[in-house]
Amino acid sequence: MIDFTDPNILPWLVPVGPLLAFLIITLATNRAQMQPSGDLVYGGFHPPYNNMPVPVVTSWSRILSITVGLSGVVMALLVSWNLVFQAIGIGESKFGKEVFTSAIAWMAAGTQPLNVGVLVDPLTVPLLFMVPLAVLCIFIYSIGYMAHDPRQSRFFALISLFAGAMLTLVVSDNLLFLFVGWEVMGLCSYLLIGFWYEKDSAYKAAIKAFTTTRIADVIMLLGIVYLYAETGTLNFREIMYNPEVLAAVSQTPAIVFGSLGISAAGLIGVFLIVGTIGKSAQFPLHVWLPDAMEGPTPVSAMIHAAAMVSAGIYAILRMYPLFVGLEGPFAADPHHGIFNTPLLLMALVGAFTALFASTMAVAQNDVKAVLAYSTISQLGFMMAALGIGAYIAAAFHLITHAFFKALLFMASGSVIHAMEHGEHHVHEHHGDGHGDGHGADDHGDGHDHGDGHGHGHDHGHAAPAAPRFDPQDMRNMGGLDKKIPVTYWTFLAGGMALAGFPLITAGFWSKDEILADAWLGTSEGFGPHALVFFMLAIAAFMTAFYTMRQIGLTFKGTPRTAEAEHAGLGGPTSIISQTMQLPLLILAVFALLAGFVGVPPEFPILGSIFSPNGNPFFDFVKYSVLQVEGIQPVKPPFSWIPVLTSFGVALGGIYVGYRLYWVKPLQAGEEDPMIKTLGPALYTTLQKRYYLDDLYRLAFVQPSQWLAHQVNVFVDKGLIDSTLHAIGRFFTWLGDLLKVLNTWLIDGVGDGIPRGIYQFGGWLRGVQTGRVQQYLLVVLVMAVVIGIIFALASGAVVAG
Amino acid sequence: MGFDIFGFDPLSVLIFAPMLAALLVALLPANKWLARVVALGASLLIGVLAVVVFFNYQQNAAEVDYLYAVSVNVPWFEVLGASWHLGIDGVSAAMILLTGILTPLAILVSWEVEERPNMHLALLLFFEAGCMGVFAAMDLMIFFLFYELTLVPMYFLINQWGGPNRHYASTKFMIYSIGGTLGMLLATQLIGFSVGSFDIAQITTVWPTFAADQSAFLGISVGTVKALAFAGFFVAFCIKVPVWPFHTWLPDAHGEAPTAGSMLLAGVMLKLGAYGFIRLVVPFFPDVWISNMPLFGVNVATFFAFLSMLGIVLGAFAALGQNDIKRLVAYSSVNHMGFVGIGIAVMALLYGQAWQAQQSGGLSAAAVQNAIIATNGAVMQMFNHGLSSAAMFLLAGAIYHKTHTRDLREYGGFWVKAPIYGAIFIFTSMASLGLPGLNGFVSEFMVVRGGFPVFPLIMMISMIGLLFTGSYILKGIRAVLHGPFNLHWKDYDLEIDRRELVAVAPLMALMLITGLVPNWILSVINGSVTRIFMNGM
Repeated sequence: MIDFTDPNILPWLVPVGPLLAFLIITLATNRAQMQPSGDLVYGGFHPPYNNMPVPVVTSWSRILSITVGLSGVVMALLVSWNLVFQAIGIGESKFGKEVFTSAIAWMAAGTQPLNVGVLVDPLTVPLLFMVPLAVLCIFIYSIGYMAHDPRQSRFFALISLFAGAMLTLVVSDNLLFLFVGWEVMGLCSYLLIGFWYEKDSAYKAAIKAFTTTRIADVIMLLGIVYLYAETGTLNFREIMYNPEVLAAVSQTPAIVFGSLGISAAGLIGVFLIVGTIGKSAQFPLHVWLPDAMEGPTPVSAMIHAAAMVSAGIYAILRMYPLFVGLEGPFAADPHHGIFNTPLLLMALVGAFTALFASTMAVAQNDVKAVLAYSTISQLGFMMAALGIGAYIAAAFHLITHAFFKALLFMASGSVIHAMEHGEHHVHEHHGDGHGDGHGADDHGDGHDHGDGHGHGHDHGHAAPAAPRFDPQDMRNMGGLDKKIPVTYWTFLAGGMALAGFPLITAGFWSKDEILADAWLGTSEGFGPHALVFFMLAIAAFMTAFYTMRQIGLTFKGTPRTAEAEHAGLGGPTSIISQTMQLPLLILAVFALLAGFVGVPPEFPILGSIFSPNGNPFFDFVKYSVLQVEGIQPVKPPFSWIPVLTSFGVALGGIYVGYRLYWVKPLQAGEEDPMIKTLGPALYTTLQKRYYLDDLYRLAFVQPSQWLAHQVNVFVDKGLIDSTLHAIGRFFTWLGDLLKVLNTWLIDGVGDGIPRGIYQFGGWLRGVQTGRVQQYLLVVLVMAVVIGIIFALASGAVVAG
Repeated sequence: MGFDIFGFDPLSVLIFAPMLAALLVALLPANKWLARVVALGASLLIGVLAVVVFFNYQQNAAEVDYLYAVSVNVPWFEVLGASWHLGIDGVSAAMILLTGILTPLAILVSWEVEERPNMHLALLLFFEAGCMGVFAAMDLMIFFLFYELTLVPMYFLINQWGGPNRHYASTKFMIYSIGGTLGMLLATQLIGFSVGSFDIAQITTVWPTFAADQSAFLGISVGTVKALAFAGFFVAFCIKVPVWPFHTWLPDAHGEAPTAGSMLLAGVMLKLGAYGFIRLVVPFFPDVWISNMPLFGVNVATFFAFLSMLGIVLGAFAALGQNDIKRLVAYSSVNHMGFVGIGIAVMALLYGQAWQAQQSGGLSAAAVQNAIIATNGAVMQMFNHGLSSAAMFLLAGAIYHKTHTRDLREYGGFWVKAPIYGAIFIFTSMASLGLPGLNGFVSEFMVVRGGFPVFPLIMMISMIGLLFTGSYILKGIRAVLHGPFNLHWKDYDLEIDRRELVAVAPLMALMLITGLVPNWILSVINGSVTRIFMNGM
């Protein structure tokens, strides 16, 4: 009997709830009935189906599926938090040496099977706290957000699988099952981004996300197998917590590129980091993430905050000691200015991405696009932090970011919902004014939401196709703070956390810690630290600015369109309004307060309030890695320079944004002041994402398609088959020649038997329609020829 | 084997029962329902026996030390030195299981055939008999006999019940296959004559060192004789697997074959070639595999790995370029069987090196571990590809049967009308794509794990193929399920039939179970593969 009260066994149950929920919903509770599609119910996000009967989920299925999905997550939450509190009960420093873990033999391999199991260690604990909580909020939110979707049951099944995969990844004790969770999340994001699969933009975004991350994943797979080949195991503890193994891997030269001064650990590190570059949307594989907004908003929250992108950073945190290495010429020690390939790769990619993505965010007009770029940028912060050895700061920012980004996405979803509500209202009440106020809708950012998006509302309009109203475009909003106050205040809380508003937001504390680490190295004269410090400081300034721009454009001033004028969530009593706003309130609390678990103890006043016995987060999580020089996290001493920098960039960015977008809110028909500030050329470049998508299309997508075509037409049909046919024709001709000789010479002699055989053959040929005999002859000769060539090639050597 | 069926050994029953069933179905009165029920019932019984045989071996494998469990060995054709010698080890047990599972499902799917159903079903059963014979044979002559026998039913299935271009496809298939096996026949005779026996185990021990002390044999240098014999087998099996560039018969045959034919062709027939490599070519010719090819500057095993890599990469590209759903799935077989090829190449190289290093204490433990994992991976990939490709062809056939077109461009947005079909299609596609958690990943992971330390560059380039595996799978999903609904199919019923659902459900269950708990089958395979590398080394 399995004893689930044993904390070593209990982690197995963490992902079970959502996974079971997925199975139950898929196999049992997801039931639809066919309805003519002209019905408004199938409008919204789906195209007209010309009155064809289409499946619409039944009410009982809706309720049952929601119940099952929620139960699964609640079960995961209870199990996870139970483990969290047991771990905290054991206490820092002790928990780390001892962990909750158990494993089973999974894959037979010779005499040494590969084991897989579960692990809860100090690094897992914050994720086990954050992930189920964020996921539960997303689930509750989805009840309201997807309330009118005809496929709500399927939606709950898929997000349950998503949550289950993320939790599998979190509790896995080995890289293989981490990868399983990683890829299943990839599948879920593919299916959810393309959830409204009729839309051109949706399935394209889904394919883009899957393909782009798969580039990284196949490379990551190489890293996994190489690590397995080098160490004979994939268990985190056996590799990362074992000085002998770490030293051995970091001293072996790599199997390829070994001459370039890279160790096995280094090459494995690079492979695995590439995996994260894909999953956590870092440059140059970030292109999928902005498009991923095509999915329903709860999915964006899931991908951007609670699950997928966090998984990338989590994987690096897990493997961090391997990247740093131990002993030997290839090992790094970032706290003493010694770097190696994996660390430099992370520092450069992270710092560059943080800044690069923040510049694109300032020119976006889609409310979700701004957030998407901010996610890329914030993940860059974490990546850069890991590159300079700020292990704890990265983990800390991962957690706080997940809270405020989940909040921001759901709040923006609430804004979109309110705008759609307003749009509906406008259509119902003054349909004739359809063209009014849509002048600002010529957004050229490549996101055409027009395809089949919301045509269900358009019944009765025979007017020429006006540019479709985009409820996500911030230029159509304005003045929403009065319409949806709860959303406004929670959005503000999340936005301020993202901007790093000093002292009272979680984002400030985690960002400050990264900068503190970077400054420590900078002050000692280490180049990578300095680079990271300055680039992140600029990026943080930009972040504060574009957040203020976003809030200003969305909520401030007066409504710029009739739709914004009528925006709303259906009143405070509607179930939609309640289920969508409750999660916002929960997350807002964490977005503001979660930072207080990681206040540096030396910080004036606040340090002595929140961290009288040392930084609680730091001192707990640091025991997840081996406590040896080089690998163990180093707490930066308190310094005013990074703190003042954090104050300066956050408040500076907020002030500029305030001046530009809050003091003088944008008026209807007015142009975004960004265009004038940046100049149209730069503005367009930023909006077009530096034309990278076009470049990739030219450099990779089109050549692949061309190659695929050529392989078919030129290689297979051309080279190979035409050779076969030529040989076939030659021997057919030879066969005919022999037949003629046969007739003349042998039959000429007058023997009846050959004639009989010939006639039999002719009959046979008639039966078989093809010229099998001649072909057979062809092949016989060909086989002999190939055999001889082969024999000459290989046999000579064996003999000689 | 520890049990018998009415006094006959179970493996002989596995071979002759389908034959008798085929005969019975062929001779039944031309009532399609009678034929369908009898064929399905017979194949189900045979399937049950195959399952029993597999688990019987699994239970008793430790006792025989994962060696062959011999079922029967009686003299047969004594003049030639051949004998009716049947037995299985872990590798063949897995393949017999696969054949036993797939045949009833294919028969269930082929209930849709209205034209001469008796013959169609009889041929499927006859095909099963041939495959069982190959996997159970422990005698080279028997192996060859059944290997050739499988061609006949498949030829007629394509030629008589195939698509519009069936004559070209079936002729190409037949000629190519027979042409390949001609060399194999000669090689079989040569080896049998030299060793004085067709017993595979005996040849494995005698043939690699045969006439090593002589400079010439039959007046030709020994090396040339061996190389010729090697080439005979090599080409035959390369065509069957198929290894690039011997693969062009496959898309034609698959594209034109009826659904059940495609299922068995991809699911079982390709495995005959890979099985031949593992069972015959690798153990018979360790010296040839590690010998250098002056033409290419690498040894034969590396060259084979290179060809397999081309299969992976070019197969993926070719699949991406297809607009015909069945050809797309067919090219996915070229792509997937490439991983089997790389696994076999690793096995061959290290088996050869181990054979050579026998005197000096054998290979390092790490190298043996690579070899075992890669070989496990190859066998698992055979099994997994059997499941997923059969399911893919079933689904492609299902949609073809309803729309009568295979052109992807004419589909679009079917998910809305066929939600169950859509979910199954995505599940199966993901298994084929190698999504972790499903079966395909396990075997690909093992092949890459075993292959990367041995052929790092080839493995890295193969990753491009793995990437484009994703692309063509997504292309398939996109074309069939996503996008705006093509209103041409407005009044068609596109949802999967109940019969097709019943046929695909066991495959899906096996894909999931194998992906989550691979050891149910892998432990047996691993035991026997470990034996191959430990035995006498």
